[in-house]
Amino acid sequence: MVVSGFGAATILAVTLAPLVGSTHVSLSRALGRGIPFADNVDAQIFFIARLPRVLAAALVGAGLSLSGVVFQALLRNPLASPDTLGVAAGATLGAMLAITLHLDVHVFGISVLPLSSFAGALGSLAIVYVLAIARRRGTSTTVLLLAGVAIAALLSAVSRFVQYLADFTDTFRTIQWVMGSLDVASYAPILGALVPMGLGFAGCAALPRALDLLSMGAEAAEARGVDVVRAERVALLSASLTTGAAVALGGPVLLVGIIVPHLVRLLVGADHRLVLPASALFGASFLIGCDLLARTLLAPVELPVGIITSIIGAPVFLWLLFRRLT
Amino acid sequence: MSGRDPLLAARDVGYAYGRRGPLVVDGVSLEVGRGSIVGLLGPNGSGKTTLLRLLAGTLSPTAGAVFVNDVPVASLSRRDLARRIAVVPQETHATFDFTVLEIVLMGRYPHLGAFELEGPSDIAIAREALAATGTAGLEDRQFNRLSGGEKQRVVIASALAQGADALLLDEPTASLDLAYQLEVVALLQRLNRERGTTMVVSSHDLNLVSALCTDLVMVRSGCVIAHGATRDALTAPNIRALYSVDVQIARHPAADRVLVVPIARVD
Repeated sequence: MVVSGFGAATILAVTLAPLVGSTHVSLSRALGRGIPFADNVDAQIFFIARLPRVLAAALVGAGLSLSGVVFQALLRNPLASPDTLGVAAGATLGAMLAITLHLDVHVFGISVLPLSSFAGALGSLAIVYVLAIARRRGTSTTVLLLAGVAIAALLSAVSRFVQYLADFTDTFRTIQWVMGSLDVASYAPILGALVPMGLGFAGCAALPRALDLLSMGAEAAEARGVDVVRAERVALLSASLTTGAAVALGGPVLLVGIIVPHLVRLLVGADHRLVLPASALFGASFLIGCDLLARTLLAPVELPVGIITSIIGAPVFLWLLFRRLT
Repeated sequence: MSGRDPLLAARDVGYAYGRRGPLVVDGVSLEVGRGSIVGLLGPNGSGKTTLLRLLAGTLSPTAGAVFVNDVPVASLSRRDLARRIAVVPQETHATFDFTVLEIVLMGRYPHLGAFELEGPSDIAIAREALAATGTAGLEDRQFNRLSGGEKQRVVIASALAQGADALLLDEPTASLDLAYQLEVVALLQRLNRERGTTMVVSSHDLNLVSALCTDLVMVRSGCVIAHGATRDALTAPNIRALYSVDVQIARHPAADRVLVVPIARVD
């Protein structure tokens, strides 16, 4: 019931957001079949210029929120985010290398920039994961968390080094990328991101009850019948694929992954069977809304969406924090 | 202590943390009879929590084997094991704001498929467990906002909802004040009497153990130094051997049970 409400809001956001912009677009004309597509300016703006961006926002928002939920349960830390294990740092380094080294090739119609940042995100997670399991048979969440912080710091330092050596134009492009941008320009990167995200979403779909129990502690979960090692692996892999794909598509717009799960829990409670789908849907609408502001606030100038999410997200985050403390 | 029908048995069980670590549990054999309440006593670092984990199957022994209903625990899946043995940890902390009913329903995990929703029978079992632990009125409250005693009773309810044959409790009264301690002891006694629940309880509280347990296992340095019915095992020489403390044991006329009074440490 609640989840279908979130679903309806998301569908509404995806349909209505492409209508807003410097040129007014009529939904009935855009979807009307009377005029051939080549002559239908409304349809062209709707489907070519704006819809890819809105869909990218929906995917990135859904992906980051979903993996935020998984990381918070897995690390038993309500303040964990998709970035806690150094994903953004790895993705940034990957993107920075692609920009600075001028790697201008396309693989299956997708430019090397998102591919390289995806590889960076997964690479950093792989290092953190190997460190966390190195000395035990299971995963230690404390080691996972601390190794994540250390690896993120290391990768950020390497990124800054690469940036220091880069020229002005490259530096500007990397700064733009880090601020988050959903200007994807075509459907190819969206389709590319759908593959890892689809796998990640499917993995998460099998997890909700195990996540309920994992959030109570590994041993408590094990005693209730959860295969903890397996559940933790599936959770980590699914959340990593999802985060990596989301960051590769839209840059590190990361506050979304902390605040959306918390807002959703206020509305639907703690049960992950509700929290997971509701967060994905709410995250999608939330980022579509933020991107709408980013496109229209200073039009025709388009702001990086990361600035908007941070301006909205930081006060909300503080409110949540103080609400919790009192 | 065994009776004729052991529900849970350890045979020559050993355990070491790490490949070259010292044995923290060394050659332990014991049996937990159906319907009994077995107290696990031992000083800090004696290996009693490790032994409890080995019995629960959350640790796998490096030597020997643990059996539940004569089936080796190692041969059971986590889910199958959880249907036979339920654990109540010393403290339970919920990261998120689950309701009491949600916490108790988590006990139904081993009975449900990955995508299966709890049915009316699962909710009925959860409500029955809440009623049995005197927490029926708390159903919709947030777990994190309960008092220590209420939390412990809810966690016991969650373990009961698991429908297991044996309940393993790790120092169930350690963080509770005197009133809650008595409350939890009364609850465990009632569950044992009315439902025949078999329990293994680790504790530092000798008086609690004397009131609650039918049998005792005393562990020091990873080895069992005494075991048997409580009235036979709870003796001054055994306790001196266990804790290096001289005690006096007397039957209290008002409480009508054995009391252990520490006198002095012996070095």
